[in-house]
Amino acid sequence: MEIKTTGVAGTLESSDIQIMISKGTDGIQIDLDSEVAKAYGDQIKKVITDTLKKYGLDNVKVKATDKGALDCVIEARTLAAAQRATETSDKPELGVL
Amino acid sequence: MTYVKNRLRRTMMFVPGNNPAMIKDAGIYGADSIMLDLEDAVSITEKDAARMLVYNAIKTVDFGGAEIVVRINGQDTPFYDEDVKTMVKAGVDVIRLPKTESAAMIQKLVKDMEKAEEEYGVKKDSIGVMAAIESAKGVLNAPEIATSTPLMMGLAVSGEDYTADMHTHRYPDGRELEFARNMVLQAARAADVYAFDTVFSNMNDTDGFYRETKYIYELGYDGKSLVNPRQIPMVNKVFNPSKDEIENAKAVENAIREAKAKGSGVISMNGKMVDKPVVAKATRVLETAKASNLIDEEGNYIGE
Amino acid sequence: MENKVKRELPDDLMSKMNLKPFESTDIGHPEVQRVAPKVRVTSDENKVVDSLEDVIKENLRDGMTISFHHHFRNGDYAFNKVMDLIIKMGYKDLTLAPSSLTGVMNDKVIEAIKKGVITHITSSGMRGSLGDFVSHGGLKNPVIFRSHGNRARSIEEGEIKIDVAFLGVPVSDPAGNANGQDGDAIFGSLGYALMDAQYANKVVLLTDNIVDYPNTPASIKQDQVDYVVKVDKIGDPDKIGSGATRFTKDPKELKIAQMVNQVIVNSPYYKQGFSFQTGSGGAALAVTRYLRQSMIDDGITASFALGGITKPTTDLLDESLVKKIMDVQDFDKGAAASMAKNKDQQEIDASWYADPHNKGAVVNNLDVSILSALQIDTNFNVNVMTGSDGIIRGAIGGHQDAANAKMTIITAPLVRGRNATIVPNVETVVTPGDLIDVVVTERGIAINPKRQDLIKAFSKVPGLKILDIKDLQKLAQEQVGTPKPLEYTDKTVALIEYRDGTIIDTIKQVKD
Repeated sequence: MEIKTTGVAGTLESSDIQIMISKGTDGIQIDLDSEVAKAYGDQIKKVITDTLKKYGLDNVKVKATDKGALDCVIEARTLAAAQRATETSDKPELGVL
Repeated sequence: MTYVKNRLRRTMMFVPGNNPAMIKDAGIYGADSIMLDLEDAVSITEKDAARMLVYNAIKTVDFGGAEIVVRINGQDTPFYDEDVKTMVKAGVDVIRLPKTESAAMIQKLVKDMEKAEEEYGVKKDSIGVMAAIESAKGVLNAPEIATSTPLMMGLAVSGEDYTADMHTHRYPDGRELEFARNMVLQAARAADVYAFDTVFSNMNDTDGFYRETKYIYELGYDGKSLVNPRQIPMVNKVFNPSKDEIENAKAVENAIREAKAKGSGVISMNGKMVDKPVVAKATRVLETAKASNLIDEEGNYIGE
Repeated sequence: MENKVKRELPDDLMSKMNLKPFESTDIGHPEVQRVAPKVRVTSDENKVVDSLEDVIKENLRDGMTISFHHHFRNGDYAFNKVMDLIIKMGYKDLTLAPSSLTGVMNDKVIEAIKKGVITHITSSGMRGSLGDFVSHGGLKNPVIFRSHGNRARSIEEGEIKIDVAFLGVPVSDPAGNANGQDGDAIFGSLGYALMDAQYANKVVLLTDNIVDYPNTPASIKQDQVDYVVKVDKIGDPDKIGSGATRFTKDPKELKIAQMVNQVIVNSPYYKQGFSFQTGSGGAALAVTRYLRQSMIDDGITASFALGGITKPTTDLLDESLVKKIMDVQDFDKGAAASMAKNKDQQEIDASWYADPHNKGAVVNNLDVSILSALQIDTNFNVNVMTGSDGIIRGAIGGHQDAANAKMTIITAPLVRGRNATIVPNVETVVTPGDLIDVVVTERGIAINPKRQDLIKAFSKVPGLKILDIKDLQKLAQEQVGTPKPLEYTDKTVALIEYRDGTIIDTIKQVKD
C-alpha cells in the first residue's frame, strides 16, 4: 500500500481522536497528544501501529490528537485516515477489518 | 448477533454514525432497537469514516441487548455498495434501506447482501432488512415492498421526505401523514411485518409528542423512531398495557395452558373460542408488560 | 505506616508533624478543649478605614496565618486585592488557610508561593493551574486538605490558628455588622466565613457597600470585627454563581438522576419529614426535579434540605415541599436571593453544619445525601481530590461530612472519556467506603454489602439494576482497558485529613 497524500480522519470532539497520516521514511512515527497519555499512551500507539501494519503501511508519520477515544474508535479513525492517505476510501480493503 | 423476526420494537433510537460519544452510550437508555445512521446524520465527506466507526462499534460496543439496525446510504449514492458490504461483514442485525420505492429495490439489497455474506463467510439469512418509506411512490408500493422478501423486518414511515414529496410539510396535527401512516400500517400488517412511525423532533413539545405517540399506538403501530433518548420512557409509557389488558392476557395464557393439558387444539375461554389474533395479542401484551416492569417474574401485576 | 483504609503513610512526616493515621469513621465521645481568640478591646463606633495597606502593616507579621472565605467563588475581588498588597509589602513564610481556593485565586497563590510569601496552605481543595503546580512539587510543605466540617473543628481546637482573617462582604455597617444577602455582590449564606469571624485574632471586613448602623440581619457581628475596609468593588455578581441554574439536557445525567430518585423513593428513609442534601452538579439538580415530582405524587414533604443550596431547592421551599433549608452556602443567585426573603432558609455556620467534634451537627440528622465522585473503588472509597492523572483537581467540600447521612448515594458516570470512574483502587481516598451506601451509574447501581437492608429493599424495585461493585468495575475496564499505573516521586505534596484530623491519605508529586 502506498501513501499518496496526507489523510486526516476523526474530530476533536470528546471520545474521538483525530489521526493525520503522511508519508514517512523511518518506520511508524507517532506524535501523540492525549489527556490520558500517561495511563493509555502506549496502548493508543499500539492500536495505531497495529492498524497501520494490517493495512500494509510500514513507513508513516502520524499526528494523533486524542480526546479520550476508546480502542475501537482509534482503530476506526486510523483506518479511515489510512484509506484517505492511500486514496482507497471508495474501495477500501475490508480484509483487514 | 442474529436477526430475530419477532421481538419487542417499541422504540428505535437514531444515533449519528460518526459520533463516538453518542455511539458509546447508546446502549444505556433501554431502547428496543438502536439505529446507527450512515445516511442523513453523516456529512458527505465523512461517509467513509463513519462506516469504519460503525463497523467497529458493532463489533465491540455493549449496546445493552438492543437490536442493532444500520441505516445505509441509498442505492442512488456512491456509498451504497461499500455500506452493504461493510455492514454485512460487521454482522449487524438489520439493514435499513432509505428511500425505498419498490420491491425491486429491496430485492437488489437482499441480493447484494447475499453476495457479501458469501464473500465474508457470514451465515446466509442472518441479517434482516427494513424499508424506509419516504415518498408517494413508496407509500403506494408499500404492499409489494412489505412482501418483497422473507427477510423483511418492517416498514418505517419517514415524515420529512414524504411530506416534501407531497408538496407540504409537517404540521402539529399530523393530518398530512394520515394516508401514508394508514397505508404503510395496512401493508405491514397484511405482510405480517413490523410498522414504525416517523420521528418527532421538537423536544420542547412534550404534549405534542405524547399526542402523536398515543395516536400511532391507537392506530396499531409497533413502535416509533426517536431522535433523543429522553423520548424512550415516554413511548414506553404510551405502549404500556393497562391492568385489565394484562389480566385478560393472563387469562388467555391460562386457557392455552389448559387446552394443552387436555390435548385439545381448541382454546376456549368462558365458553367462547379464542382466535389466533387474540392469542398473539396476549403474548404481545405480556411481553410488553414484562419489559416495562409491570409484572414480576411470576406474572403478578406490580404496576401503579 | 498503613492506616485502616490500607494507605501507606510517610512515617517521617507523620512523626514530624505529630499526625495520627485514620482509624475509624466512628467519632465516639471524646472531650475536646476549644480555643478562644485574642481580642484587642475597642469601643469605636466607626471601624471604617481607607488604607488596606495600613491595616496589613499594623497587624500582619512574617510567619502568621491568614484566612479568606470562598463564598464569592469565581467572582471574588477580595482575595487578589489583599494578596497583591501582601506580596508587594514583602511578607514571608505565611500560612494560607482559606475555606477553599477558587480558580480566580490560582495565579496569585502561585506567585506568592514562588516569592516565598506563602509557604503553608490548608484548604478544602484546589483546581486548575494551582492544583497542577502543587502536584508538580511547587510548594515545599504539604498542603493539608480538610472538609468544611473538619476546618471548623480545626479552628475550634486551635490546629488552624488564624491571625488575620480578610473577609469580603456585600454589605456592612461602620461597626462591622455584615451579611451576605444585601448589596450588589450577594452570595447568601456566610456559613464558612462565620468560623473565621468567630475565631480569628483580627477580623478585617472588606466591602463596597457601607450602610447605616445597625445593619440587620447581622451574620458577622460588630463584637467580632476589628476593621471595615471600603473598596471600590468587592465582587463580580455574574461570576459568583451560575445565574439561573439550568436543567441539564444531557441524557446520561438525566438517566442517572432518574435512577437516584428511584433509589431515594424506594428507600426506608423516604417518608413524611425526611431530609436530604444534594450537590450542585448537573445530575444533582436533575435529582431535585425528579424528587419534587415524586414528593408531589406521593404527598410527602421533607423536614429540611441541607447544604450547598441551589434554586431548585429553594423552589421546593416556596412550594412547601420542604419545610426548612439549613444553608451553609448558596450556589446560585436564586438561592442567595431567596435567603433574604425567607425566614425558613436558616443560615448555618460550618460547625453547626458539619463539625464532628461538637454537640451535634446537622449532618448527623441527615437522612439522604447525594454526592459526586471523581473515582470510586471496589471498597466504596471515594476520591474527589485527584484526577485519573494523579493531579489535584478537586475539593473535599462537605463530602466526608454529608456522607454521614443515613443513606449516602454517590452518583457518577461509569466512565468519563477514557477514564474509568469505578476502579480497583482510587488514586486518593477522601471519603472512606464505610460511609458510602449506594453507587449509581448509568449502567446500574451497586450497594455496599454491609447494607443488606438496602439490598433487600432495592432488589424488589422493578427496573433498578443492581450489580456487585466489582462487576461495575469490570464493566468499566472492559470499555476503557487497563491503564498503566501512574508514577509518583517520594515527595508528599498534600495530606488528606479525615474529619477528626487523622490522616486518611497523602498525595505524592507526579512524575512527568
